[in-house]
Amino acid sequence: MNMIQAINSAIDVCMDRDPDIIVTGEDVGYFGGVFKATEGLQRKYGKTRVFDTPITECGIIGVAVGMAAYGLRPVPEIQFADYIYPALDQIVSEAARLRYRSAGEYTAPITVRSPFGGGIFGGQTHSQSPEGIFTHVAGLKTVIPSTPYDAKGLLISAIEDNDPVIFFEPKRIYNGPFDGHYDRPVTPWAKHPASAVPEGHYRIPLGKAAIVRPGDDLTILAYGTMVHVAAGVIADSGVDAELIDLRTLVPLDIETIAASVRKTGRCIVVHEATKTSGFGAELSSLVQEHCFHSLEAPVQRVTGWDTPYPHSLEWAYFPGPVRLGQAIKRVMED
Amino acid sequence: MADDRAGRNLPPLTLHVPEPRFRPGDAADFTHFEIPPAGDSPRPPIDAAPDDMRGHSYGLVRVLDEQGDAVGPWDPRLSPDRLLRILRHMALTRAFDERMYRAQRQGKTSFYMKCTGEEGTCIPATHALDRGDMVFPSYRQQGVLIARDWPLADMMCQIYSNSGDRLKGRQMPIMYSAREAGFFSISGNLATQYPQAVGWAMASAAKGDTRIATAWCGEGSTAEGDFHSALTFASVYRAPVILNVVNNQWAISSFSGFAGAEATTFAARAVGYGIAGLRVDGNDALAVYAATEWAAERARGNHGPTLIEHFTYRSEGHSTSDDPTKYRSAEERTAWPLGDPIARLKAHLIRIGAWDEDRHAAMDKEVAEEVRAAAREAEKQGILGDGMHQPFDTMFEDVFEEMPWHLKEQSAQMHAEREAAGI
Ligand SMILES: Cc1ncc(C[n+]2csc(CCOP(=O)(O)OP(=O)(O)O)c2C)c(N)n1
Repeated sequence: MNMIQAINSAIDVCMDRDPDIIVTGEDVGYFGGVFKATEGLQRKYGKTRVFDTPITECGIIGVAVGMAAYGLRPVPEIQFADYIYPALDQIVSEAARLRYRSAGEYTAPITVRSPFGGGIFGGQTHSQSPEGIFTHVAGLKTVIPSTPYDAKGLLISAIEDNDPVIFFEPKRIYNGPFDGHYDRPVTPWAKHPASAVPEGHYRIPLGKAAIVRPGDDLTILAYGTMVHVAAGVIADSGVDAELIDLRTLVPLDIETIAASVRKTGRCIVVHEATKTSGFGAELSSLVQEHCFHSLEAPVQRVTGWDTPYPHSLEWAYFPGPVRLGQAIKRVMED
Repeated sequence: MADDRAGRNLPPLTLHVPEPRFRPGDAADFTHFEIPPAGDSPRPPIDAAPDDMRGHSYGLVRVLDEQGDAVGPWDPRLSPDRLLRILRHMALTRAFDERMYRAQRQGKTSFYMKCTGEEGTCIPATHALDRGDMVFPSYRQQGVLIARDWPLADMMCQIYSNSGDRLKGRQMPIMYSAREAGFFSISGNLATQYPQAVGWAMASAAKGDTRIATAWCGEGSTAEGDFHSALTFASVYRAPVILNVVNNQWAISSFSGFAGAEATTFAARAVGYGIAGLRVDGNDALAVYAATEWAAERARGNHGPTLIEHFTYRSEGHSTSDDPTKYRSAEERTAWPLGDPIARLKAHLIRIGAWDEDRHAAMDKEVAEEVRAAAREAEKQGILGDGMHQPFDTMFEDVFEEMPWHLKEQSAQMHAEREAAGI
């Protein structure tokens, strides 16, 4: 399976098991979503469980909060993460805080799915990585898979979780892993071991990172598309780096991160989002707090620039192999 | 391009900024109001097409006339018993507001909001609903809980954020949540409850349930995007929902003109969405009951949503933090041409021989005593003025279903901090 198929399969498996799961969003019904993540679900589960919505993200999430208060488990899609801002208030002030403000009387078990990230010439309105906005909000879980296998297991966990989850899907790798060399053809998922996705139900727990590649000299923390970019750069660099795929940003697997940095003494955090106040700042702080005495070099951040996402200069914005390669050199020389 | 216009000698454009008719010091004169006579508005069948109901978005459904008689097709023909229960809930709400307002002034809590003058809106409306119907209130619908006979002491514990507060002292006073009463947790962010109510109603319909939902907001809040998203959803999916707008003329210091009232009515918002709209005399408990009953039957019959504008007046300040004499004529309240909702229902009950002044005075005493007793009970569990009543651990609870490591760490840190500081 590629990542889209894995996501589709996760929703399918969940809907089959739980009649309270409902899928909504722009174009998700008959058409199956602009990326086809919900393809076939309406045919299988009917129009009252999978349906299109008006183009109002605030409405999509607001309605989902009400459905959750009724007792359903909505899985709304925001067509692109760039369009999640109109829904921000319903996510941040409502879904995220409902359990807290009602002391558990009401909860919002909603999984907001949304394709995010760049690398598809989507310009500044189809490329953003707004995860840092959501990790900053108390009461939200934020999940970002990097392989089809993880995408399915994590999405099932998210849908079955009783808290609101923001599930960002790195659209650059929907169809295959991507090593950051934009001029090279994308390898299809079919050639990757993580494409062996079981048909049935399985979970990957939220809050558990994966060690993609063990190593002794350097720890690289990544998620989503950047996991594949980092893997490629490590292979080329000759540095024995440990690559950790965070998978869940909140809750974060601090144990795995801290154990790794204590072992390697060096750390680079990588993400596509802009640098200032990005999740990399949080990671780098946590590493300092937990591993200061083991560190042999300052923690480095490799990120997108603090500009809106440019269309034609996309590949100068994207934190690709060159930027990461130089950071590795810097950290290893320190 | 600018040059094209330069030679045309056009008059300069002007920006219209709405201004209310009266400001402090002005005499309030409402003779410009066209108030249709009671009984004038036809009562459409519950499956009427929204298109055939346009007039109802611009008119005013009224049942009680100037003498206190119930007239016309909207008379809900309620038993005197039911009317007396509605009256009592309205009086109880007013007494509750009085007491809690005073409690705030005495420093027992931080904040309070009265609904004085608006008791004729949500209380009769709640009586017209089934107990299982879900209410997504704004902050001025304390009457819903009272009409559902929710314990006053429980509400007060919330206001005092004391040890009996079911919300663990987390919400500002009056931001109740009462799941058992079908009352949704109140948000401070205006109008967010609107799409949520529609979502609840859609879920109920999708599940083949029979319960419907209602939403409440003020006329000022209708300008929020959530309001319009909600109407779109309600219309598109024919959600079994009643969307109430309480037009009490003021949003803090901004008069209804800033939400668009100079151009049209709030019920007419329904027209553009193809929803049934009813504009109702919000100080007429019978009209409100009848409109809600009609809308509930319509929703339950799968004929879709209704938007009800309750045309009323906020007699008191916006909240305890507000001084209305700074922005509106002091006379407005008494000059308000639709009267006081309690006085009007009382006059009707006297008119039909079911009530008299003595019994009314006795009832006022009883409800005041009921409120006093509840306050005593609540105050036994503490008041906000005495400081913090919740165990400190509770601060970190309910952020998530299970507490993640970073919250456990922060909780431990807080305890260590307090211990080190000797507190
Ligand atoms: C999103 C949002 N913006 C602003 C406020 C501040 N605020 C609280 S009440 C209020 C006025 C609301 O007026 P209206 O909707 O007419 O209701 P009323 O108070 O008259 O019942 C404002 C501006 C808020 N609570 N939420």
